[in-house]
Amino acid sequence: MRTSSGRSRIGRIALVIALFTALLVATPVLGIALTALQPAPEVWPHLVAYVLPRALADTALLLIGVGATALLLGAGAAWLISAHDFAGRAWLLWLMPLPLAIPTYLSAYVYVDLFEPLGLAHHALAALLPQADAVQLLPNLRSLPGAVLVIGLVLYPYVYLSARSVLQAQTAELSEAARTLGAGRWTILCRVTLPTARPALAVGVALVALETLNDIGASEYLGVRTMTVAIFDTWLNRGSLAGAAQLALVALGMVALLIAMERIGRRNVSVEFSAEAPRLRPRTPLKGGRAALAFAACLLPPLLGFVLPACYLLALSLRRGAIAGVDLALWRDALHSVTLALLATLLALLLGLIVVLAQRWRSGAAASAAVAVAQTGYALPGLVLALGLLTPLLWFDNALIALAAALGAPSPGLLLIGSGGAVVAAYVIRFLAVPTGLLKAGLARIPKDYDDTARAAGASRLTALWRIDLPLLRPALTGAAIVVFVDCLKELPATLLLRPLNVDTLATSIYQYASRGSFEDGALAALIIVAASIPPVIWLTRFSDRAV
Amino acid sequence: MIAIRAAALAVAAALFPLHAAAAAEQVNVYTYRETKLVQPLFDAFTKDSGIAVNVISASSGLEQRIKAEGAGSPADVLLTVDIGRIDDAVAAGVSQPIKSEVIDEIVPPQYRDPNGHWAGISMRARVIYASKDRVKQQAITYEELADPKWKGKICIRSGQHIYNNALFAAYTARHGEEKAEQWLRGLKANLAQKPSGGDRETARDVAAGKCDLGIGNTYYWALMMNGDPDKKPWAEATRVILPTFEGGGTHVNLSGVLLAKHAPNKANALKLIEWLAGDKAQQIYADANYEYPIRPGVALNPTIAGYGRLTADPMPIAKIAAQRKTASTLVDKVGFDN
Repeated sequence: MRTSSGRSRIGRIALVIALFTALLVATPVLGIALTALQPAPEVWPHLVAYVLPRALADTALLLIGVGATALLLGAGAAWLISAHDFAGRAWLLWLMPLPLAIPTYLSAYVYVDLFEPLGLAHHALAALLPQADAVQLLPNLRSLPGAVLVIGLVLYPYVYLSARSVLQAQTAELSEAARTLGAGRWTILCRVTLPTARPALAVGVALVALETLNDIGASEYLGVRTMTVAIFDTWLNRGSLAGAAQLALVALGMVALLIAMERIGRRNVSVEFSAEAPRLRPRTPLKGGRAALAFAACLLPPLLGFVLPACYLLALSLRRGAIAGVDLALWRDALHSVTLALLATLLALLLGLIVVLAQRWRSGAAASAAVAVAQTGYALPGLVLALGLLTPLLWFDNALIALAAALGAPSPGLLLIGSGGAVVAAYVIRFLAVPTGLLKAGLARIPKDYDDTARAAGASRLTALWRIDLPLLRPALTGAAIVVFVDCLKELPATLLLRPLNVDTLATSIYQYASRGSFEDGALAALIIVAASIPPVIWLTRFSDRAV
Repeated sequence: MIAIRAAALAVAAALFPLHAAAAAEQVNVYTYRETKLVQPLFDAFTKDSGIAVNVISASSGLEQRIKAEGAGSPADVLLTVDIGRIDDAVAAGVSQPIKSEVIDEIVPPQYRDPNGHWAGISMRARVIYASKDRVKQQAITYEELADPKWKGKICIRSGQHIYNNALFAAYTARHGEEKAEQWLRGLKANLAQKPSGGDRETARDVAAGKCDLGIGNTYYWALMMNGDPDKKPWAEATRVILPTFEGGGTHVNLSGVLLAKHAPNKANALKLIEWLAGDKAQQIYADANYEYPIRPGVALNPTIAGYGRLTADPMPIAKIAAQRKTASTLVDKVGFDN
């Protein structure tokens, strides 16, 4: 319902930017598709004979294993904590989500270090047994089961958070009705609680699976040959960009399958919560042994997923600091991390805001499509994203060089690839879903009447935005900023492939230390990443509680 | 696109004003050698020449990156730590001949490309870390590693890792594909565990009693012995044996240098390459990195000299490189890494 031409001009600009943003997010997939069109006959016989079968099997097993581990730990803890009252529960509320502060690759480095021969676990065992016997008892974490455990322990909070938001909201009526029909506690759990929680569990497990597919650091280090590792290898060690792009298409197929499964998981459930002030289900109090058991069961995942790795990193940093001093390069890496993350955060917030505003101001198929596309970047594994961005960005850079040459100007060099612009672009594409999603939800809570009233009083669109919408959106903006910033700080694969000369970030320097067999030299950098990630995790927890 | 361009400019302005403008004289190095190890070398070069060195370091894919970047690539020099990467880079077409009388004079002909596309600047040997307690034998051949008497006693990193790939390729070049396959099957049967980790972890596993023989590079042992108190016990529990091929010498690998095809700072790149082959750099390589110098007349580091006299196998590097693909396929075929 357009009323004035002034209204549509700013709206039109917003729409154009929104469409460009959507195009940017779609660029890597287009880039992959184009690159994959080139034939790669020299690598396919090898890929088919040795690489692909193993990659598909390992990826499937890893996804199933990590998904099941996260589901068991996350949903189990969420149920214990939401439906029961026991001593220490208040502590657990804070502890449970903290493993999200540990990137998967760090979890892998720490656990391998702990359980390696002559490591801490070995020394502990050697107190009881001869050293040579003790070494035989150490679990081999460089294996598929090792990877399942190490990754599952830090990703379960995705399931936990989404499950808890639903379990908390289940009203008393539902379970009371079941009870009056003679259902016992287990029947209620299996027939009422779990089915109504299914959509939330599906969302949580899907996030876990996407993060697992995104991982390269942990799987590579633990010797699990996933699709992501195979893509990396085919491109960088076998020298076939086209072959890698073709494998990436297979990986994208897996992503599509995962998202379809998540949709199916959410289907056929319509939960009607009563409209007037819902009476939350009273929590069952637990006492004595049962309370202790519940507490211990909930404590174990965050203990292994966060407390132990964080403490180990702290101890290792102190020890290395005492031995080798603090490497000055660390501060340079930290500065690079912060600068890149900051720029990407600002840009992602700005573009996310424009995309959702375009939809609000100019409802229509184009604007809705832009919002939908803008949120797809998160599903792209970072390595695939970098691979897909490379060709289009280089095309852009080389076009600029040609343009400069035609104009007789000095060559700008590779502008985006050479400057870190490529890294920022990758971050924005991958994490734009966060501000877009949060701002969309935030904006939906602001009645359009507010805008209309302000406009009737003579305020321009921008004034209304500045004076009314933005202040109301502040919590969403803050939250999005924190989450994007830290996700950028942790990002590994895209940064590794797209960083320019003289630039290492905290994440890439840790990766390089680890891949050269001296992870302990990166312990302090790792500790900084973990410490910086704690506030956003706490914010996320509070946000997901409030959203209920 | 406006947004992207604005962002790019903002990033460029925020991050790299210095690199773009500060040093008029500069050279861009893509290196497989870890930054921490090459930085002292580059600092000394900058001090000698006034040329600033910009570095990007990675453990895989640098030649692919240069190839993708194409004519606009900022790369001037590629530093590799083995012949496999040299071979990959030449195959990817990212190099140009190094035309330098200095290099031709200093670097022995067997350690540089006849067409001039690469030159070796230091050497390492792939050797045995033997348990001091459990291995009495003083000499060993590579062929012997497949002998069933070592069943369950050998540790090694992935068979696809470039260092092993070069060793297996050298074996194939010497004995032919069929015998190489037999040998790999024998070696695989002797492994104490699935190949994993790196050469340092291999030494550690020998020290911990998981195996008696580990296969690793010469400089790792010296780095553990001299550089890191936490890892010194791993070196102390083992001793280095320089193995030989039957009727041949020890397998050595090269750290090499290539001149990038589209090097924007070609003159500076040549200066750096010549400097790396010079006395001063060779001494830094020998002492800080524990490498064998490429040229005669540079003193070995005492730890390295302590391994005994190195007789490098005479097999030409190019013949080894030619067998890399075969060696890699054999590793897959015998399921070496499974």
